[in-house]
Amino acid sequence: MLKRTHFNPSPLPYLLVTPQILITIIFFIWPASQAVFQSLLVEDAFGLKTEFVWFDNFIELFSDQIYFNSFGKTIVFSSLVAFLSLGTALILAATADRIVRGATTYRTLLIWPYAVAPVVAGTLWMFIFDPTLGIVAYMLDMMGYDWNHRLNGNQAMALIIFAASWKQISYNFLFFLAGMQAIPKSLTEAAAIDGAGPAWRFWTIIFPLLSPTTFFLLVMNIVYAFFETFGIVHAVTKGGPAGATEIMVYKVYNDGFIGLDLGGSAAQSVVLMVIVITLTVIQFRYIERKVEY
Amino acid sequence: MRKSVKAISMAMVMAALMLGIQITDSQAATEIQWWHAMGGVNGERVNKIADDFNATQKEFKVVPVYKGNYTETMTAAIAAFRAKKQPHIVQVFEVGTATMMAAKGAVYPVEQMMNDSGVKLDKSAFLPAVISYYQTPKGELLSMPFNSSTPVLWYNMDAFAKAGIKEPPKTWPEVEAASQKLLKAGFKSGFSFGWQSWVMVENFSSWHNLALGTKENGFAGLNTEFTFNNDSVKRIMGDVAKWQKSKVFDYGGRRGDSLPKFTNAECGMWLNSSAYYGGIKKQAKFKFSQTMLPFYPDIIAKPQNSIIGGATLWVLKGHPKGDYKGIAQFMNYLSSPEVQAWWHQETGYVPITTAAYELSKKQGFYEKNPGTDTAIKQLSLNTPTPNSRGLRFGNFVQIRDIINEEMEAVWNGTKDASLAMDDAVKRGNKLLRKFEKANK
Repeated sequence: MLKRTHFNPSPLPYLLVTPQILITIIFFIWPASQAVFQSLLVEDAFGLKTEFVWFDNFIELFSDQIYFNSFGKTIVFSSLVAFLSLGTALILAATADRIVRGATTYRTLLIWPYAVAPVVAGTLWMFIFDPTLGIVAYMLDMMGYDWNHRLNGNQAMALIIFAASWKQISYNFLFFLAGMQAIPKSLTEAAAIDGAGPAWRFWTIIFPLLSPTTFFLLVMNIVYAFFETFGIVHAVTKGGPAGATEIMVYKVYNDGFIGLDLGGSAAQSVVLMVIVITLTVIQFRYIERKVEY
Repeated sequence: MRKSVKAISMAMVMAALMLGIQITDSQAATEIQWWHAMGGVNGERVNKIADDFNATQKEFKVVPVYKGNYTETMTAAIAAFRAKKQPHIVQVFEVGTATMMAAKGAVYPVEQMMNDSGVKLDKSAFLPAVISYYQTPKGELLSMPFNSSTPVLWYNMDAFAKAGIKEPPKTWPEVEAASQKLLKAGFKSGFSFGWQSWVMVENFSSWHNLALGTKENGFAGLNTEFTFNNDSVKRIMGDVAKWQKSKVFDYGGRRGDSLPKFTNAECGMWLNSSAYYGGIKKQAKFKFSQTMLPFYPDIIAKPQNSIIGGATLWVLKGHPKGDYKGIAQFMNYLSSPEVQAWWHQETGYVPITTAAYELSKKQGFYEKNPGTDTAIKQLSLNTPTPNSRGLRFGNFVQIRDIINEEMEAVWNGTKDASLAMDDAVKRGNKLLRKFEKANK
């Protein structure tokens, strides 16, 4: 009798997860399946004529050298953004963790850029570095360095990497700082008594203990660099010059919304989806094992 | 939980009610939605045109809505059509023409619509260089020309005086010579340009009477192929790349991105649309003028004619029959000499009818503003040939980006001119085949 009451199926748990499942279906599963379906079609822009072509869009994609170039650009871009923003944030957090006076002000200032929307961040950087009007471009010019990211692909790439990293540093900083403050002071103090300097303490105690945070941030940063940087690229370079900054997510937009090639664009977004899922799985299965919680 | 479900359903009912109200509201007054891509000052001018038209009658109300730049506006209209919420009128730039043309189920050809609504359309009133761009091979007018421009050579008169350049350059060698003088006089570079595929490939070709592609630049059929990887186009690309190194030329980005170079007097000449007249007038603190595009005298003795850019108004299907009567009246108002002459003089777009051109002449506009008739003279310099009538290639929005990309690769030295143009043609042809496949 007792058992039965105990396991009496209650609709409550199902009801409680329903909103979440609904949201997932409406905003993720449904659009994703639409993209998969669209990627098998060749369609005119208005949707008046539709032809089912199986995997033609994918075959075309993988026989296109430009697509592989875009793939390469994305790898360079995301790894540099992740490395730069994580590295800088780590240094900033380590120093912020040590200061006593004005700590709040320092932290608040560091968190600010996170409140800036990607497009706005991109526009700011675009103005600062505009080859004709930008202040930094002007100073570089005075120092004899010819800055023109509208012509020079490497400069354009560097610019969006800086802009995208700058924007993400705050987020990383916040998590690193919280992670560091969760590390018991007794550990570092004990090490200090044993004669370990600040750098040594950081590498042997703080950094290993931070690894769960670092791992989480690595996943988040890769996802950020793959998807959320669209606004920055759109505002700063629009994928140019000569496709030098056309990362995959921007190519999806360009081919789909500018070029109105919906099938090809959908195929690219399916590939992108697969890449990010694979990356996340790899990170969780292999890298996570090395993380000490 | 119950409560929140209740709240959500309440909200949904409210939303549905509000939508319902909106629908009944728009039925009460015959509104005509006009989606356009004219931002800034030109947006205000579009509003004025709509307001003035609305004041002439009470039956219809034209509502202009700014939808972003040309590509954004076109994409928005297409997305709206797919969702069955399309506007009545949408402004589409000239390279979108083939895409719109192919969408037979979506587009209501303007000529047919005017005839069906009983409003007379006199095609002979329009400038041939403008109207021929938007006609079917049989001569039917598909969309209403609205804002058309053509690239010209803008030059800084004060800079020319300072550098001792007496006459504005007519040929490419003269442009180079003038640029050298400007460099010597302390300017950072000689010239720059924008909308580069349009100016330096499309118009360069028509100006030298060279074909961009087979089948009369695509006018005669979908199975067209690009041919602009010829020696003449490669030559100008190679020359510009060489000039980039010596700063005779300095690249400043696509579209109008390089405008500040000209208005800040970093360079002395700028090749771009005549429709920058309003913008330059507002920003430049020096005397400026415009002259015709340069040419290579050893390729063609006398230049042919340039082709237009800009946009036309397309009418979309799927609205009540009565609405189209209002649209026809509005189109008629829009192309009247007074409206067109005013629009032309304010913006630098060319007058699209002969009457508007004559009216501007009579008003003494060209005498007061020398050079402002360069665009129209250049467009009607000679009777258009199949090479200089315009172009009609599918997927051209995307193809133009490909050409832009390849050109940028030439300017920054990663590719030589010959290879870049061959690649542009190869990549472009691929998209043409794709378009042909999707629009069989």
